[in-house]
Amino acid sequence: MSNRRDFMGMALGSFAALGALGALYAAKRTWDPLPSVKSAGFTTIDLSPAKENELVTEKWRGKPIFILKQPADAPKSDREIHVAGGRYLVVVGLCTHLGCIPAYLADKKQFKCACHGGEFNSVGVNTFGPPPRPLDIPPFKISGTSLILGETGPEYEKMLAAGLTLKV
Amino acid sequence: MAHFDEKAKPFSHKWLNERMAVDTVKKVLSTEYWIPKDINFLWAMGMILAATFGILIISGIFLLMYYQPDVKTAFDSVNYTIMSEVGYGWLWRHIHGVAASVVFLVIYIHMFTGIYYGSYKRGREMIWLSGMLLFVLFSAEAFSGYMLPWGQMSYWAGMVITNLFEGFSPTIAGGVANFPGFVEWLRGDYVPGQAFLTRFFMLHVFLLPLAIIAVIVLHFATLRLPHVNNQKGKEIDFEEAAKQYKHGNKKESKVIPFNPVFLSKDVFVMGVYFILFFYLVFFHFEFAMDPVNFDPADGLKTPAHIYPEWYFLWSYEILRPFNKDLGLIAFGFAQVAFFLLPFLDKSPVVAPANKRGLFKVWFWVMIVDMIVLTVMGKLPPEGIWTIIGLVAALVFITLFAVLPFITKKEKKA
Amino acid sequence: MKEFKILAVVVILSLITYWGVEPFAHSQMHKHVVGNEFNYDGKADIADATKEKLASKKAFWGEVNQIAKLPGNAAAGEALFATCMGCHNGAGINMGGVVPPNLDHAGNLYDKKYLIALIKDPAMASNVDHKYASTMMHPMGAVQAMVTAPQQIADVVAYVKTKKVGKLTPKVAYEEACGRCHSNRYGGLTQLGETPKFKTEKEALAHQMKVLDEQDLVKKYMGKLPPDLSIMIRARSEQYMETFIENPQTQLPGTSMPRVGLSKEGYEAVKAYLEETGDPSKDARHAIGPWVILFFVIFTVLAYFWKKHHWKDLH
Ligand code: HEM
Ligand code: FES
Repeated sequence: MSNRRDFMGMALGSFAALGALGALYAAKRTWDPLPSVKSAGFTTIDLSPAKENELVTEKWRGKPIFILKQPADAPKSDREIHVAGGRYLVVVGLCTHLGCIPAYLADKKQFKCACHGGEFNSVGVNTFGPPPRPLDIPPFKISGTSLILGETGPEYEKMLAAGLTLKV
Repeated sequence: MAHFDEKAKPFSHKWLNERMAVDTVKKVLSTEYWIPKDINFLWAMGMILAATFGILIISGIFLLMYYQPDVKTAFDSVNYTIMSEVGYGWLWRHIHGVAASVVFLVIYIHMFTGIYYGSYKRGREMIWLSGMLLFVLFSAEAFSGYMLPWGQMSYWAGMVITNLFEGFSPTIAGGVANFPGFVEWLRGDYVPGQAFLTRFFMLHVFLLPLAIIAVIVLHFATLRLPHVNNQKGKEIDFEEAAKQYKHGNKKESKVIPFNPVFLSKDVFVMGVYFILFFYLVFFHFEFAMDPVNFDPADGLKTPAHIYPEWYFLWSYEILRPFNKDLGLIAFGFAQVAFFLLPFLDKSPVVAPANKRGLFKVWFWVMIVDMIVLTVMGKLPPEGIWTIIGLVAALVFITLFAVLPFITKKEKKA
Repeated sequence: MKEFKILAVVVILSLITYWGVEPFAHSQMHKHVVGNEFNYDGKADIADATKEKLASKKAFWGEVNQIAKLPGNAAAGEALFATCMGCHNGAGINMGGVVPPNLDHAGNLYDKKYLIALIKDPAMASNVDHKYASTMMHPMGAVQAMVTAPQQIADVVAYVKTKKVGKLTPKVAYEEACGRCHSNRYGGLTQLGETPKFKTEKEALAHQMKVLDEQDLVKKYMGKLPPDLSIMIRARSEQYMETFIENPQTQLPGTSMPRVGLSKEGYEAVKAYLEETGDPSKDARHAIGPWVILFFVIFTVLAYFWKKHHWKDLH
């Protein structure tokens, strides 16, 4: 007798749990970013006005984007993006340690993060302190002298495949 | 000093029992909380109310994630963001809206069950009073929630209901019950505006739910000693009956444990209720989401017909046929009348209304009168409707006035 | 069984209350308007006409019904249509209070008899003649001096009825029929159509100014700014929408909204768009609803057996 009781009670309980799972799925979807947030995730940035060794900050998905035109005499790096003859560093301006915004020291050609002392060189490679990896490169597609951030072009795919950046 | 077993594994049954008396708690609250056997599905209404309140809280949490209590954006945050952008936002809104309406139907059934079976007296007064307190709190909760989408009905209901608190006309009350400036104080503005919306938002999502939860706890506590009533209004020796039950004389015993026996019936009734509830949520929600409130609030234009949600109609109708001051008195009376029930009913008899002579008439006239008041409250106040409304309002007041007399007679009989 | 009797009482009382506050109360609150299935033969106009207007309305719709019988020649109509192109050119320039509609989908959108009536006398056709001392004051009044002979009207209408550029999507139908006067912000539409994406706030504000200017013109023409239609589909009943769009005067006597002359097909397309913006969850509701209900049916059956099991030893 108590077997049967367990059985009916448990059947009902598990069935109710199934329903709760469905409700959880709906709850998860409610928690997702809105479609309007996602569709706003594309930004076009014109690189042509950038000047050598002068940091330009733009905004993409609410995050700062650093654009740094490399001086002609700077050593070559495969983290640069080549657009219309210029060489550019384009990275998400958030420290890869815990997300503060590093400052660019033009005289030292170095990024310095005030939060915990992390440092990056002029192509965004971490050189000192707690940051675990170079500054991330946002997905981009080259279009004339501009970059469309949020879309992925072949140049970005190559960098990603070479392990030069994490996917953001 | 209690004895603690050093070797008990942390969080094991024994360990918990020594620290929190979990077995005793379980007995007191569920497996040895005794319920009369002679009850029908109407006794499941309380648990259905608790479940519906749970549904309101859960759906409300998800609405709260995107709702914006700002007069400029409130309307669109509900009608656009939640209804078309948020994943399943529409589902939470429909559930919340339908539950807020249906909960009152269940409350009324629950209340009139109590009245019919005489469950408000002879030791059960506190159950009744805490229940009425819940009714008042739920009414305030529903009203404050209705403000939030900031549609035409929100705005004009806010205008009209807060104006009630103006008090009596200065000429009549001679300044006694006339509160100049009180309405502005309530609203924080000359008209319902930003301050009004934000404070009602606070009430709706914080203060009132908190109070409701507290009073639900109180309501449950008031049930523990007198126990719930039964279909015949019989007084039961619960200790004796419980002993019988525990000895296996289940057939003879007049009681059953709440868990699992009574609960299994509650859950079944709840299942039936949920079928109806979700049918309404998906296919028949208009009654709970008034079309007029899909027009944005406009302080310069009153809608052609304004009326409260259906569950306020009966008390609204009691206010309507009279002039302002008299209407206010009648309305005030309607709000407290049911609180007085245990004290107006002078008969010691606890039995179904149908077995109580004149009270039977009283009960059914009351039911019909409430329905008539409700319907008249929605109809435009013109012609014959006004007259029927006036008569129904007078009947309502009379019913309470005569209750002590007809119940006193019952005592002699 | 006793519990069923009690249930019956509860259900009946609930249903009576529901009937009283919903179907019954609403039937008393709103006047009952009968539609004409999007046929524009002047019946309603004549029935509602004031004494002074009765004769002219009768004569007008009588002629319209006569012209409708003439076989129209679309080729001849096309040549005549050149005169219409002066305004109906899709340039989006406000003329006399409103941007003249683009007629690319007129063949599907508008009813034939309505078009005949419109060319004959725009104010009468739109049932807003009470607003004008003479039809010549109507923004389209000049047509009365351009296309006059019954055969000409029949030809132009025959041509307009052939104008069906591509498929009539709900959005296009809405924009051509309603969008010049009404915004629909959930659909991203102002009286100037879709708002482009701007790079700078200044450009966005400049566009907003243009929209406000356009709204001022419409306001001047209509007496007040026509309401946004984003969720109108939920703010009014289906029956109201249908009869109102067919003949606004029936639901709102004296309104300045002109009759638009939508055909049944045109109305369905417009309605589809209003549902898209105003009630986008409709499909999801119908898809998920039955499953949720089925879930609770099974839940209830399981609960029934659980209950039965616990109660079987009690009696
Ligand atoms: C949302 C609010 C409420 C909740 C969650 C609630 C919950 C409950 C529960 C669980 C019970 C025990 C089971 C039952 O008899 O149904 C109960 C009993 C009772 N409630 Fe409520 N209740 C609420 C509102 C009210 C209201 C508004 C009244 C009336 C003024 C009321 C009056 C009573 C009475 C008189 C009983 C005892 C019934 C009896 O002894 O047979 N309750 N309530
Ligand atoms: S966040 Fe930059 S070093 Fe920690």
